[in-house]
Amino acid sequence: MSASLEKGVRVLKEVIDAPIASYFSSCVHCGLCAEACLFYTETRDPKYTPIHKLEPMRRLYEQEYTAIGRLKKLIGLSKAVTDAELAEWQELVYNSCTLCGRCSVVCPVGNDIVYMVRKFREGMSASGNAPDGLKGASNRTITIGSPMGIKLPAVKAQMRHVEEDFGLPIPLDMEGAEYMVMLSSMEIMNFPEYLGAIAKIMNQAGKTWTLCSTAFEATNAGMQIGNSDLARVIVSRIVDGAEKLKVKTVISPECGHAYTALRWEGANLVGRPFGFKVKHIIEVLAEFKEQGLLRTEGFETDRLTFHDPCQLARRGGVIQQQRTLMNMVASNFVEMPDAGFMNWCCGGGGGASAIEEGEELRLEAFMKKKTQLDAVKPDRLVTACANCRIVMEEGLEHYRMKLPIVGLTEMIAEHIPDPVPTETDGK
Amino acid sequence: MSEMQLLTWARGTGLDLAISIFVLGVLLRLFEIYSLGRKKDLSEPRTVSGASGMNTVFRRSLPPPGMLKNSPITYIGGYIFHIGLAIIVFLFAPHIKLFQDLVGISWPGLPSQLVDFATVLTIVAMLIVLADRIMKPVKRYLSTFQDWFTWALTFLPVLTGWMAVHHLLLPYTTMLALHILTVELLLVCLPFTKLFHAFTVFGSRWFSGAVNGHKGVAV
Repeated sequence: MSASLEKGVRVLKEVIDAPIASYFSSCVHCGLCAEACLFYTETRDPKYTPIHKLEPMRRLYEQEYTAIGRLKKLIGLSKAVTDAELAEWQELVYNSCTLCGRCSVVCPVGNDIVYMVRKFREGMSASGNAPDGLKGASNRTITIGSPMGIKLPAVKAQMRHVEEDFGLPIPLDMEGAEYMVMLSSMEIMNFPEYLGAIAKIMNQAGKTWTLCSTAFEATNAGMQIGNSDLARVIVSRIVDGAEKLKVKTVISPECGHAYTALRWEGANLVGRPFGFKVKHIIEVLAEFKEQGLLRTEGFETDRLTFHDPCQLARRGGVIQQQRTLMNMVASNFVEMPDAGFMNWCCGGGGGASAIEEGEELRLEAFMKKKTQLDAVKPDRLVTACANCRIVMEEGLEHYRMKLPIVGLTEMIAEHIPDPVPTETDGK
Repeated sequence: MSEMQLLTWARGTGLDLAISIFVLGVLLRLFEIYSLGRKKDLSEPRTVSGASGMNTVFRRSLPPPGMLKNSPITYIGGYIFHIGLAIIVFLFAPHIKLFQDLVGISWPGLPSQLVDFATVLTIVAMLIVLADRIMKPVKRYLSTFQDWFTWALTFLPVLTGWMAVHHLLLPYTTMLALHILTVELLLVCLPFTKLFHAFTVFGSRWFSGAVNGHKGVAV
């Protein structure tokens, strides 16, 4: 057994807990999880059946934690997990799994399959079997500060542009602000209008907010690759920043997995409950609306539909809020089949979009989204995740579909009346 | 060994042995699974009604939106043979009599014609899900020796029981002995095969419901 495999096996043995043992013991091979997985439905290749993606981990569980399995191992009746096998499984555990969690909600015996894939990735990563694209993203996040290699000066440059365009200040490192706003690299590079939208929304709501110079990046490649040590380092920056600035709430950007990393995994990674709240921007907007702090005027009149990011809706419990917000500004909002809790993934979540060699499969899986879109034929697609947005833009381009995609926060902000000057300005 | 001796052994020593292995096996398996424990979730919970372990234990008995239409054989076949098995095991008068002898409690059963009807339906449903396992690429791909073996383990007691009642193929005594022996084989294997889902299904659904319920998602 190679040293890396030994390490991987040790990590896997550590992550196997009672839920995983119960799940493996409950599987009856009914195959229903395949029907919930877009990598199976679009390819019809049975190897993409979600529970099959866990086969090496299942055998290890059996060999290490069951009496019968130990007996079989002793008399040489069981097949040990090998380096070659784990290497073969890379495609199944990463490229063809976006951690969307549809399999987990259809399993009749209640197996939370995606919970297990997330844990299996810990062993895959420790044994050196993670894809290069994700290794690169994690390394850049650790050494440079962001998966796309963005540093603070780039953020500051965007802040200046947005301040000029929107005429509103973008506070940095303001101690005692109520909200600390996080960004994803994707937003800094490709969608700076998100930052402008936040400035407008906060200005109207009369809330104090700030960016943090030591923690502006919300995405967490450490979680995607399945390395809790790296994930902890990345999330600790945000925790330290929020505590240093004494903010009440940290706002996760329009990014699904950043929300999961911060909202659900964060406290568990650092090993203590947070002293601040974590909310997705969509939750914050919905709260502002409820409190009368978000007022919009006018409506988009073209046909709009909404793509639910998996980590926000099915895995995060934010399902109604985005619909309330859509109805605030859209007069022709239509739902795709399976929208909301059962929505289909864009195909690039859970780090999959960072895996170059997975692109062909990703585009094939995008047929699912195409089918959903073809059913309602929208003029524009709205979503609340910058990664979904990029992945879907690539998919749409591949299938030659002309369909603009917009972020919900940015669309809401466009309907906020321009700020009335608070000073007389001598005019 | 005569047929009568075989039946006597099956009803006596055989049954005692099978039940002992079954009970000890179930206890061992439950212990080795649930004693692994799990870490406390330190993230701030979001409470939503309907999102809890107990909710999922019940809710997951129903197909999620769109799934029944997608996989009718798996769902309908599954419902029929599971409910059928429950009727046969727990509501057939001679079985209730056995439970009374073993644990001292009894309950009213169903008329034997009804149980017979349920048995025929169960046999048909089990044959259909077997055919589905053979023909459907995903199921065939996932299937190992255990899947075929446990199907047979479950099917044989139903078939032999039904044939014994109807005095088919073999003398009643022989068929009854075979019936009891196949049940004993089922009992002995249940804790150590996928049939153990009969016990862990509740734990699995509960964990799933609790983990997701913590996030305010009713799964």
